[in-house]
Amino acid sequence: MTNPFFNRDIISIKDFSRPELKYLFSIADKVDSLDYERKKELGRGKILGLLFFEPSTRTRLSFEAAMLSIGGNVLGFAHPSMSSVEKGENLADTIRTIESYVDAIVLRHPMEGASRFATEVIAKPVINAGSGTEEHPTQAMIDLYTIMKVKGRIDGLNIAIFGDLKYGRTVYSLIYGLSKYRPRIFLVSPPQLKVKREALFGIDDKIKVSEHKDITEIIEELDVIYVTRIQKERFPDPHEYEKVKGSYIIDSELLKSGKDECIVMHPLPKVGEIAPEVDNMPNAKYFLQVYLGKVLRSGILISVLNPDPYSLIDS
Amino acid sequence: MSEEQLVRKIKDGTVLDHVEQGRALQVLEALSIDGKDGNIVTVAMNVPSKKIGKKDIIKIGNRFLKSEETNRIALISSRATVNLIRNYQVIEKRKIETPNTFVDVFKCPNPTCISNSNEPIRPIIDVLRKSPPLLRCRYCSRLLSPNEVI
Repeated sequence: MTNPFFNRDIISIKDFSRPELKYLFSIADKVDSLDYERKKELGRGKILGLLFFEPSTRTRLSFEAAMLSIGGNVLGFAHPSMSSVEKGENLADTIRTIESYVDAIVLRHPMEGASRFATEVIAKPVINAGSGTEEHPTQAMIDLYTIMKVKGRIDGLNIAIFGDLKYGRTVYSLIYGLSKYRPRIFLVSPPQLKVKREALFGIDDKIKVSEHKDITEIIEELDVIYVTRIQKERFPDPHEYEKVKGSYIIDSELLKSGKDECIVMHPLPKVGEIAPEVDNMPNAKYFLQVYLGKVLRSGILISVLNPDPYSLIDS
Repeated sequence: MSEEQLVRKIKDGTVLDHVEQGRALQVLEALSIDGKDGNIVTVAMNVPSKKIGKKDIIKIGNRFLKSEETNRIALISSRATVNLIRNYQVIEKRKIETPNTFVDVFKCPNPTCISNSNEPIRPIIDVLRKSPPLLRCRYCSRLLSPNEVI
């Protein structure tokens, strides 16, 4: 397969086919297998622009670590107050300017659709690192990669997506990503935080999806629990939040009632929705997700920036 | 009062007939017809119609609207008919067809969509399904019904 990622924008997971994702995962595996010095050769001379119009320590550092690990450089800003946006400059002008300095741009922006708009403004590849509550495609790729690494497959797995399914930006991309495979998806959330209708448009006829309020009803069937944080600010009534919060926690007792090999994933940060004792259980894979996130993003960057990453890696 | 008495015939131009009652001004806006080109534009609203009860009629002098233009009003008035007139004679009669995309016709109702910012951007709404219409903003991907954009 010729490299399907070269010079390509990464805006939505929907734009990528299953064979293309397989290609990416294989590049990531190859990168991960290289020693430190070899890795450093892969991105030498390349510059990645990190434009974060909204703070995000985790995603930004992951991209930065990924680029540095392959010997490339990064520039950009972590907050709009550190750019000309503060002076009133619009997004179009900002990215046109930065495009002159870099080989690709990673963009996070509070407005939905900002990354798609950015692709119309500049010619260099744009990687969407989250726009509003819209998609977060690289996180979904990481989630799929993690499941593949741990379980060896996605087809046939019973996967619960749990917590805030309405506002969590990772949820939409994950559902779209999973729809390229053949898992059974259980959406578990408080009624007020159910997925928006667009999340299931066009995919509910491809994969089996069901909605639930209570995870205990299905825990025995699950192979993967993907947990997202329920945010207090989403509830107009703090009392409602307190009621909901208590029933949306993954703890060791719950996990013991499920399959031994059921894994727990989380895009992080987590703040109480997973009991601390779970961190030390073999089921917990969220810190592995963080590590694989850096690996996969290295794979993305190498593939976007080079026409033939296999030859580069094997040379 | 008959339609003939209400709206004079035009010699050359486009007549949009059977426009949904009360939607004539929205149709003009969608077609970017504001009268600034100096041509006569006649609008009649709430005209009695045997077929649909009441209708609006728009007559645009000296302009021959193409399908890509008139199709912009598909969601506002899908039943409207388009008549091109030359020398008082109808030379072409068309129906409105729903296009695959509306460019710069409707604003996305999502206030946090980039198309509602101060960026140099034209709103683009894709038509996912024509009947019943289902739309999606090209930028924020929000699914929309016609009522949300009209």
